[in-house]
Amino acid sequence: MTVAVLALQGAFAEHEEMLKKLGVEHFQIRQKRDLERPFDALILPGGESTVIGKLLRDEGMFEEIRTRIQDGLPVFGTCAGMILLAEKVEGGVPCLGTMQIQVKRNAYGRQLGSFYTEEVFGEMKEPVPMTFIRAPYVEKVWGNAQALAEVNGHIVAVRQGNQLVTAFHPELNQDVRIHEYFLKLVASVGNIPSNTLSKAG
Amino acid sequence: MKENRYELNKQLAQMLKGGVIMDVTTPEQAKIAQEAGACAVMALERIPADIRAAGGVSRMSDPGMIRGIQEAVSIPVMAKCRIGHFVEAQILEAIEIDYIDESEVLSPADDVYHIDKTQFKVPFVCGARDLGEALRRIAEGASMIRTKGEPGTGDVVQAVRHMRAMNSEIRRVQSLRKDELFETAKQLQVPLDLLTYVHENGKLPVVNFAAGGVATPADAALMMQLGAEGVFVGSGIFKSGDPVKRASAIVQAVTNYKDAKLIAELSTGLGEAMVGINEQEIKILMAERGK
Repeated sequence: MTVAVLALQGAFAEHEEMLKKLGVEHFQIRQKRDLERPFDALILPGGESTVIGKLLRDEGMFEEIRTRIQDGLPVFGTCAGMILLAEKVEGGVPCLGTMQIQVKRNAYGRQLGSFYTEEVFGEMKEPVPMTFIRAPYVEKVWGNAQALAEVNGHIVAVRQGNQLVTAFHPELNQDVRIHEYFLKLVASVGNIPSNTLSKAG
Repeated sequence: MKENRYELNKQLAQMLKGGVIMDVTTPEQAKIAQEAGACAVMALERIPADIRAAGGVSRMSDPGMIRGIQEAVSIPVMAKCRIGHFVEAQILEAIEIDYIDESEVLSPADDVYHIDKTQFKVPFVCGARDLGEALRRIAEGASMIRTKGEPGTGDVVQAVRHMRAMNSEIRRVQSLRKDELFETAKQLQVPLDLLTYVHENGKLPVVNFAAGGVATPADAALMMQLGAEGVFVGSGIFKSGDPVKRASAIVQAVTNYKDAKLIAELSTGLGEAMVGINEQEIKILMAERGK
């Protein structure tokens, strides 16, 4: 399995570190020709959603990436990546708009509102670390979108079929469970046998 | 794990990586910068080129003006305070700025001490010419470093010098034996734990941007190829003929900094660049402020 990481701006190297730790093949997408390389899943990292959204268009990748996600390409968006995938964005313009969620940008205010917490995620028994940096949260989900985690009454993680988003940054902590969760999602959606997922198992 | 403000502040800088931070003086410029793809803006009353031209004492900007910019954009807003002026920093924290630049571009308020940045909740970025300056600022609590360069000149030579100096020192520290670190810490006048981090990881413990004199997409790509993790552009954008086009070209050049064909395209028909001043022609070397 190969995971592509959108490397236009932001914390893409941190996602690559996580994939490396899990023994998963990965490479960066910086321009349109990088999309020609085969990959099984895509990560949209944290950063500034306005910048990444603009560069997606400037580099001529917007349509192709949106179509591939609509056609079932597994995708994982963190923070800015979540904003890019949302169909509705309060305080901003929707970008790819492939997910049935409404997000609020800078929902916790400026940098002084950034915080760290630990909370339950989906079926996981132990709470996972969650780092929120000038983060958004999800105001509403509909259709097939399902909330996976909440912090202080706000939804901070959602899955909709092949798409997974978190308002927090699992790539900034040492805990690999959220990335593992995504890799399992990739395997189940893409019919890839899970024993070829990663050397780490 | 407990919440750690300093970690969160370093992590905000991580989100800025691969991006361009632009100097703006009005809400209109801030909006233009955001639309052109800036990952953050630096709010200040006068851009460095004008500070240089005006001369005299240069201070923190009017908080009202900074607030206007905060309201105009959704991306992070930074602002400068004078070196050592911790009350200006307190004011910037009170208006919830996202990042404070303790900057040599303004007139220093203290010629001995920098601000004790560990006493603040908001993050700080500081300029550095070499590894020693960088690690001293980090020890004082800076959560992001940039080269000093020579602001307001449109001349990239000093930023190049500082980035090269920093990275070659990092490589040297990496190659040392562990028992040689004590003496090197003494020579560089830096804490041993920070130097040990550099020795083990081959990089600064915080994000490192280029700043000072970047005026063209090629300048920005040069700094990225030399190891910068992102770029500050001060006077270079709004002192040029076509700010929107230039800003957007610099943003793309930073993302694809190794693609010469693309940068050739981006550099085409940008209009006039800011008028440059050679380092031999300038009276005030801002990089000499705060060591």
